[in-house]
Amino acid sequence: MNLDYSDDQKAFRAEVQAFLDAELPERLTDAGRKGRAPNKAEYEEWHAILNRRGWLAVNWPVAFGGTGWDAVQRHIFEEETTARGAPRIVPFGLHMLGPVLQKFGSEEQQNHWLPRILSGEDWWCQGYSEPGAGSDLASLKCEAVRDGDHFLVNGQKTWTTLGQHANMIFCLVRTSKEGKPQEGISFLLIDMNSPGVEVRPIVLLDGSAEVNEVWFTDVKVPASNIVGEVNKGWTYAKYLLTHERTNIAGVGFANAGLANLKRIARAEVDGDRPLNDNPHFAARVARVEIDLMAMATTNLRVVSAAASGQAPGPESSMLKVKGTIIRQEINALTRTAIGPWALPFQSETLEGSNEGEIGPDYAQRATGQYLNNRKLSIYGGSNEVQRSIIAKSLLEL
Amino acid sequence: MNFDLSSEAQMLQDSLRRFLSDSYDADSRARAIEAGYSPDIWAGLADLGVIGALFTEDQGGFGGTGFDIALIFEELGRAGAVDPLLDTGVLASGILADLDDPAGLLDEVIAGSVQLAFAHGEPGGRYGGRVQTVATQVGDDWHLAGRKAVVVNAPLADHLVVSARNGDEISLYLAEKGLAGIRPYPVTGGGMAAEVTLENVPATYLGPAGDVIARAEARATLALCAEALGLMEHIRTLTIDYLKTRKQFGRPIGSFQVLQHRMADVLIEIEQARSAVVNLAGNLDGPDRDRHVSATKNLVGEVARLVVEESIQMHGGIGMTTEYELGHFAKRLTMVDHRFGDALYHLERFIALSAA
Ligand SMILES: Cc1cc2nc3c(=O)[nH]c(=O)nc-3n(C[C@H](O)[C@H](O)[C@H](O)COP(=O)(O)OP(=O)(O)OC[C@H]3O[C@@H](n4cnc5c(N)ncnc54)[C@H](O)[C@@H]3O)c2cc1C
Repeated sequence: MNLDYSDDQKAFRAEVQAFLDAELPERLTDAGRKGRAPNKAEYEEWHAILNRRGWLAVNWPVAFGGTGWDAVQRHIFEEETTARGAPRIVPFGLHMLGPVLQKFGSEEQQNHWLPRILSGEDWWCQGYSEPGAGSDLASLKCEAVRDGDHFLVNGQKTWTTLGQHANMIFCLVRTSKEGKPQEGISFLLIDMNSPGVEVRPIVLLDGSAEVNEVWFTDVKVPASNIVGEVNKGWTYAKYLLTHERTNIAGVGFANAGLANLKRIARAEVDGDRPLNDNPHFAARVARVEIDLMAMATTNLRVVSAAASGQAPGPESSMLKVKGTIIRQEINALTRTAIGPWALPFQSETLEGSNEGEIGPDYAQRATGQYLNNRKLSIYGGSNEVQRSIIAKSLLEL
Repeated sequence: MNFDLSSEAQMLQDSLRRFLSDSYDADSRARAIEAGYSPDIWAGLADLGVIGALFTEDQGGFGGTGFDIALIFEELGRAGAVDPLLDTGVLASGILADLDDPAGLLDEVIAGSVQLAFAHGEPGGRYGGRVQTVATQVGDDWHLAGRKAVVVNAPLADHLVVSARNGDEISLYLAEKGLAGIRPYPVTGGGMAAEVTLENVPATYLGPAGDVIARAEARATLALCAEALGLMEHIRTLTIDYLKTRKQFGRPIGSFQVLQHRMADVLIEIEQARSAVVNLAGNLDGPDRDRHVSATKNLVGEVARLVVEESIQMHGGIGMTTEYELGHFAKRLTMVDHRFGDALYHLERFIALSAA
């Protein structure tokens, strides 16, 4: 056993660092520093920079224009970019749809859609959840009925992250009501500019509007937009999920959050000492740091066990649960750290107007982030659902 | 020992609960959040005698005990009310009452015709109450100079009660709000606050701070903790309803044992919070006041976090939205830990007071 990176891995890390020194402009780390979500232009600019270097599709094979990196390389890249506060890679096209098309899509679909993901021509969003179908996704109702050379889609999707920026949505739709619910689901690609598609923002606790409701009324979708076979969508969705769960531990985000928390604790004055020297506060920060140090290694143990290009199995549920608990604890401690500055309501929508800022810069988004990151334990399979997976697959109970 | 409400208290509770549930719906709450308070509800609170119940007979009211405060604020919390009764009716006017109302404002407070704020905290001072604002005597008048941070209700207040130092001495002063520099903003979970800049603002001397600030903050802490309790009670109702009605996998999610146990823990902790509020209400004027302030504020802060996080989690995505009622209650409850010292501050204070 050896915890150090190999010489090759060290060289790779140096290469990533040199790239970031040269290519990551300061304006693109502004969002990360302030704890706000990057805007559309910032995401697009960062994607374009990565794409020029051939580093945008971190988990695609080289044949499709990806990096072909192994799990440890992806981890190093992730660690270095989040430490600098670079925008995250928007996952829907690159981490979710891409791998599904590569495995189950027709050659035509691959040739058409994959390059457009890389170039940024298409912005994808994920249309799985519905008002009545959350944890029980297979109960989804949004319906697609075959009508000659196209499908007619009717129904609703919800919680569609960044749907306001997207021109394309990949959906799970019901194509059969026979048999088990899982056996009547298909995987369909829908142009959001089609007549009959309506998008309405949902405002979250922090005032942000990152999720949306999407309605489909008699939307015509070419039959060639079905991925794989009709009624086999559940299989593809499960495959996608394993890819969605790569990097689920969020170690990079947790490290960045912890560093920010420590910076605040040094700056805040608590009586006649820095908050950092308050033993009760310091104990809680230490406790979460100790947890994070171990979790980072759990993460590496899991990702390096997965073969190159493959996603980890049910172990990723452990990473999801522990990773989100740690990140949410860091968010809660950060809110505690800013003291009375938590009170001013500083919504993301005020961003850009300097007049909106009250108190020290580090306090601006701490309350909002605490509230917003409650989502971490809800989406992508809630922590309750993850524990059930652990009980079934790892404990065999 | 008797944990029942007196018949007058019961009547006040009933009429206040009815009034608030009639007046507060999603629309009126949204309007009140926008405006910082609701003038109609404020007038109603005065008419019902709710403001008067916060003061003793000597002070022109007909209540003023810890149990009166607790009863009233639990109801405000239950309704998710955003009106600044804590700041005007307990905190700032508590200081005035304690100093024998030198400016003669209490009658107006009880009548509902005046709004107040207590400008005490300063930038970088956290919860310690470090006062660097300076008071200088100019003839018969005083001039105040300094900065006050996160002054809740300052944008709506007619007068500010201000803490300031004259040499080593901290005293309390009354200033016209209109003469101070006010930078207003909304507070998470409702209400308004401001950054206040005092540039030689003329003020009236009220009296020495002594124990006055600690006493007023003890009462305000009780009010805040009782409000938190009301918020928790309503969140509990919403969450239990949701567990019974939301179906996934063909059954109500409340039939999943893991959620049942979590909700049972939430219930146990809310009852702990209720007892902590009772403890403080009963000891508000006793010798062990400060230890109880810290015990209650610490416990309520910890329970508030549990209730917020568990209720959102058990709702799933819908719990993350502003559109659904839980959002407002969860935000307001989260902010309870950020006034008058958080759980951590009071843990340390409790340890120090217990050792003394
Ligand atoms: C910010 C945000 C962004 C999202 N982005 C997207 C997106 O882009 N695309 C998309 O398709 N979806 C998205 N989602 C939806 C997300 O996947 C769902 O919220 C999630 O699946 C949970 O579903 P639900 O919200 O309906 O909660 P429910 O499934 O109703 O769950 C409510 C509660 O019950 C618990 N529960 C449910 N079933 C069980 C069980 N069997 N045993 C024990 N406990 C159970 C849950 O854990 C939860 O605590 C997003 C959600 C959020 C909050």
